[in-house]
Parts: sequence; structure tokens; C-alpha cells
Amino acid sequence: MNPAVIILKALIFPGLLFTAVLGLVTSWVDRFVTARVQMRVGPPFLQPFYDVAKLMIKETCVPAGGSTWLFLGAPLVGLSGVTLGALVVWSALLFGGRGFSGDVIVALYVLTLPAVGVILGSFASRNPLASLGGSREMKLLLSYELPLALAVLVPVMQSYAAVQSIRLADMATQLPVASVSGVLALVVAILCMQAKLTLVPFDAPEAETELTGGAYMEYSGPPLGLFKLTRAMMLVTMPLFLVTVFCGGLDVADGVLPALLGLLKVLGLVVVIVLIRNTAPRVRTDQAVRFFWGPVTLVALVAVGLGMMGL
Amino acid sequence: MGKRTIIPIGPYHALQEEPEFFKLYVEGETVVGLDIELGYNHRGIEKLSESKTYEQTVFLVERICGICSTSHPIACVQAVEDAGGVEVPERALYIRSLIGELERVHSHMLWLGLAGHFLGFNTVWMWVWRYREELLNIMELVTGNRNHYAMMKPGGVRRDIKDEDIPTIRKTLDGLHGPLELFRDAVSDDPIIHARLKGVGVLTPEQIVDYGALGPTARASGVDIDVRRDHPHAAYGLVDWNVVTATHGDVFDKAVVRIGEMFESMKIIEQCLAKLKSSPGPVDSNPKEIPPGEGIGHYEAPRGEVFHYIRSDGSNRPARHKVRAPSFMNVLTDREAVLGATVADATIILAAVDPCYCCTERMAARDVATGERVLTSRELIRLSQAKTEQLKKELGAEGPRLNLEAM
Repeated sequence: MNPAVIILKALIFPGLLFTAVLGLVTSWVDRFVTARVQMRVGPPFLQPFYDVAKLMIKETCVPAGGSTWLFLGAPLVGLSGVTLGALVVWSALLFGGRGFSGDVIVALYVLTLPAVGVILGSFASRNPLASLGGSREMKLLLSYELPLALAVLVPVMQSYAAVQSIRLADMATQLPVASVSGVLALVVAILCMQAKLTLVPFDAPEAETELTGGAYMEYSGPPLGLFKLTRAMMLVTMPLFLVTVFCGGLDVADGVLPALLGLLKVLGLVVVIVLIRNTAPRVRTDQAVRFFWGPVTLVALVAVGLGMMGL
Repeated sequence: MGKRTIIPIGPYHALQEEPEFFKLYVEGETVVGLDIELGYNHRGIEKLSESKTYEQTVFLVERICGICSTSHPIACVQAVEDAGGVEVPERALYIRSLIGELERVHSHMLWLGLAGHFLGFNTVWMWVWRYREELLNIMELVTGNRNHYAMMKPGGVRRDIKDEDIPTIRKTLDGLHGPLELFRDAVSDDPIIHARLKGVGVLTPEQIVDYGALGPTARASGVDIDVRRDHPHAAYGLVDWNVVTATHGDVFDKAVVRIGEMFESMKIIEQCLAKLKSSPGPVDSNPKEIPPGEGIGHYEAPRGEVFHYIRSDGSNRPARHKVRAPSFMNVLTDREAVLGATVADATIILAAVDPCYCCTERMAARDVATGERVLTSRELIRLSQAKTEQLKKELGAEGPRLNLEAM
């Protein structure tokens, strides 16, 4: 492929720009649904765009004594991670391409980078609240990655059994959620996604009323804007990834209507996580770790077992 | 032993809307020590009060706290009435209790919402505060203000409750029963709330007594104190209600006690409304002067007993006015409750006593270089005496001298 095309794909469509716009729209959905659940009016449609745009023109303050390049580089780590992840998932769904073998593993891998970026940034801040947030993020990352990988293993096995392929594009032609193991794995994956997006009940790394923003505490201006953008992009990329892996993808090739239905699946997942985050209080980090390594991993293992039996 | 870090909660922190400074000494995420620094909001209310007439003092103490804005006035006017032996008409007593209980419900709802917010459960926050608005509407209807009602005055209340308003009040309160039951069930049924609040920030009855903690903080630990029952005032001796207590002393029980108290308050309000019909008459005995003497007044504020002492020298303003708000006793219990907790739990524990700092403020001066306290009360008295002696010498006057060593 022409390198210029690859760069265009990464930066504009369907990579950075497209996913960013979609992500900000999704974060409006999040804020609007949240507001309605909480009997509020909610923000105007363009509010997330205004927010990020405004941060981009604000001053950047770098804490004294911290590592400047790490502090400023951390948001880029996260942003590039989610951009790559989005690019991999979209490439499998659009253009009629077939991606490459094992792209699901790449997607899983690069989608951990936003959390890594947050951890790096928080430790570079030299702020006690931020480092507490960073260490919480790290514990959380260690706790949900195992069950998430196990959950994704179920559709991978099913896809391999059906079409001898573990490409996202081929997995999107399957419908693992129609099986018992697929449903269990999807539930596990949704919980892990909740933690990956650090939304309540797993928002301990930010915990506004404990750590006043925790990991993001020292950030201001464009770097904070990039973090917000990363979060917004994750908010659409993760559901899109789960829809691709578990729920049969977007069916772009079948025409506009099936594609829109596919987007509705993504929207549905977003609404599910928004509802979860509005109907639960925050759990402590130790409770979250115990939860993910205990019952959630167990359910994931059961799902894998059932998947191996072809259920 | 690991490395100790200070996690600062304050002087301005999203946890509390008032300036205060909790220094959490932590090892990892475990709290091993706590320093409480207050005084950011000291206003010298007691001294100010000495320059106000008795009528004005009530408005002043109303502004000690925006949430207990009728508890302080009730305690204050009772202290004045105690000093002056003033009779209060029965109808005024009912109105005092009515306003006081409406305040308790809205204050507990405020806490419940904030507790939800502190736990990251913003839906509870928004819902509870939405229904709290209805109570504030009643307040506006009856008193003209959502907060700072200016209802109390020595000898009675400033405004009567109109008969035509009572049906509206009844209707609004009836509409609140449903939501309150919803919140009660939400708290008692939610497994994550149980996981977060049960066994967290436990205070034993002994600790409560040692620290002299008050109000729901004490009652949640099974210490059955409530000045409304123990020293009946306003209309609390004339209506039927119960003191709500719990046994475990954890944050969960504090929530349970507060929610239970809201239902008791609704009971009291309904009875007061009914009694208003059968007790017509004036709402104010219009005392003309307060003879020399001293008086105390206490009232069970939403956070515990608030205490006012007033000494009169026969003039139209207090010679001495002493205020003690419940948070002054309750906040210190944090030192016991947060030890050994994680930072995540510490924040909800700090919030569990429903702290109110503006009424707790005391002032201490410290030498920045040495960290030692300077200008203590003794030192101030000594300075003041020295000044008096000097003035006497200059003016050639004689007078008694206070023996400081005997104090």
C-alpha cells in the first residue's frame, strides 16, 4: 500500500480525525443520557467539541520538578494508542479489506496504551494525588486485562473453528453472542470495558471527590485536551471493538441500512455503559481488583470452557 | 514501616465546599495519621454579637451556617428567653418545631445527596437534591426565603403560618413520602453501597462519649442522645415522635439514622400542622427588655446539639454570647474513624459526620518559624490586663484586678 494512503488513513479517515469526531459525539451521548437519568437538561450537541477546542487554546502548566518530556509525551502515548486501535478495527470493517492475521491481538494490545499514557503522565506530575491515581490505574489495568483477553478468546475460538481465521474482518461475520459462551464473554467484556474507560463504578483513578481528578490533576491546556480526546475516542472505539468481535460488526458491505443498524449496536453498548455508570457508586481499588480476578475471571474461564465445548 | 506521604484534602478540595484542611498521612493507600486544620473562615461571630441588639443577634447567628440556618436562631432565642424569663406562645412553639424539622429534612437530604456524590453516585445526588427543592419551595412559601428564613425572634416567631398555605404544604410533603422511601430502599438494597459503607469508619460508643460527639454521629453508634427529647423545648414535648438509633457506628448506620430521622421529622411536621389549627392566638410575646442574668439555649440541629449561652447586663445587647456548634465535637472523631482506612474510604468517613466548618471555626495563631502556638487566650488576657494597668496608671484610676494565676 502507498505510504501516503496509510498516513491519510491514520490521520484522517478512519483514524484520528474521524474517530475523534465520532468519539466526541459519543461523549455527547454519554453526557446527554447521564443528564436525562439525573433529571437534568444536558449539554448542547456541540458541547464536547467546544470543551476540547477551548482546552487547545489554554495555557499549559508543567509542574516543577517533574519530567517535562514524559509529562507532555504521556497524552500522545494514549492518543496514538487509541488512534492505532481505531484504525485497526475500522480497517477490518470498512473498505472491504480483510486486515491481517492476528489483528485482534494488535487491537487489544494498542488499546491498553491510553491507560499506560495516564499512568506515565500521573507519575510524571510529581503530585501525591496524581501518583495515587496512577497507582490505582495500574492496579486496575492489571486486574481487567486478564478477563478481557479471556473473554475475547471465546469469539476468537469460534471464528477459528468456523473460518480458520482470527482476523477481525472474519470475526465480524460470526455472531458469537448467539451462543451461551458468547453471552457470558460479552458480559465480562462489558465490565472490563467499563474499567478500561475508568467509568463509575471503576473510576477510582480519577475519583473527583477523593483525588480531584487524580491522574489528570496537574494537566491543563492542550495536554489535558488530548487526554479528554483520548477518553472520548476510547468511548467509541471500545464499544466498536466489542461489536466487531461479539455482535457481528457493522455490515458496511451490505448497504447503508445494515451499517446504520450496526452503528445502533455500538450506540446500544454505549448506553449500557452509561446506565451502569449512573446506577452504581464507586468501588474501592481493592474491591475492583478482587472483583476482576475473582468472579469476573471465573465467568470468563467458564465462557472459554463452554466455547471449547462449542456451546 | 513504609514511607509516609501526606495526601492533602484541602484547603480547597472537591470533597467539601468549604475551606478546611485535612492532612492524611498515608503509607501506600492506608491512612496512618490525620491532622485537622481549620480557621480559614473565622468571622468572630461571638464578638460581633456583642455589638448587636438581641433582635439583630438572631439574624447574625442565622448566618453562622447556611444549612442549620434555623437551628442557631432557635438556640439563640431560647438562650435570650432563658436569661429574661420570657414566655413564648404555644402557636409559636409549634411553628418553631415545624420550621426546625423542615430544615432537618432538607439538611439530611443535602447530606444524602452529597454522600452519593462523594461515592461517585451522582444520580443519587441529583435525584435527592431535586426533591429537596420541593422542601425549599415550602420554605419560600412560608418564610419568603429558601434558606435563612429569619423566622425566630426572642419571644416567638416573626411570621405566622397562614391557614391557606397549610394544604399546599401538606400536599408537597405527601408527595415527598414516595421519593424518601425510594431513597431508603435504594440505600438499603444496593450491594455496592453495602460494600462501600458497611464496617467503614466505625466509632464505638466509648469513642463517642470520649469525644463528646453529638447528633446522628452519636446515635449511629447506639448512644441514645437527643436534646429534643432529653431537654424538651419548642413543641417537641407536645408531639409524638421517636429518636432513631443504630448500633454499628459505621458510615452505613449514619446514613440509616439520617434517613430514619427524615421520616420522624415528617411525622413531627404533620402533627405540628394539625396542632396549628387548634392553637390560635399570637405568635409573639414581644418582650420589651432582658434583665441582667444569663441563659442557655440548645437545639438539636441536623448535625447534633447546638448550644448558645447569653449573658445579659440589662442593656439591649448581649454582654457575652457563646456558641458551640455540633460539628466542633463531631469533626474531631475523624481522628479515630479514619485510622487504618484507605484513602478511598477516608473521604466518605470525613464526610460522614456531615461536617460544617463555618460553624466550627476557631482561631489559633502560630509562629510560622517554630510552629508553636502564640497569642493563646491566657496571653491575650495578660496583654489586655497590661493595657488596662497602663491606662489606669495614665488616668490615675483604681479598680479590681483579676487574678490570672488562679484561673
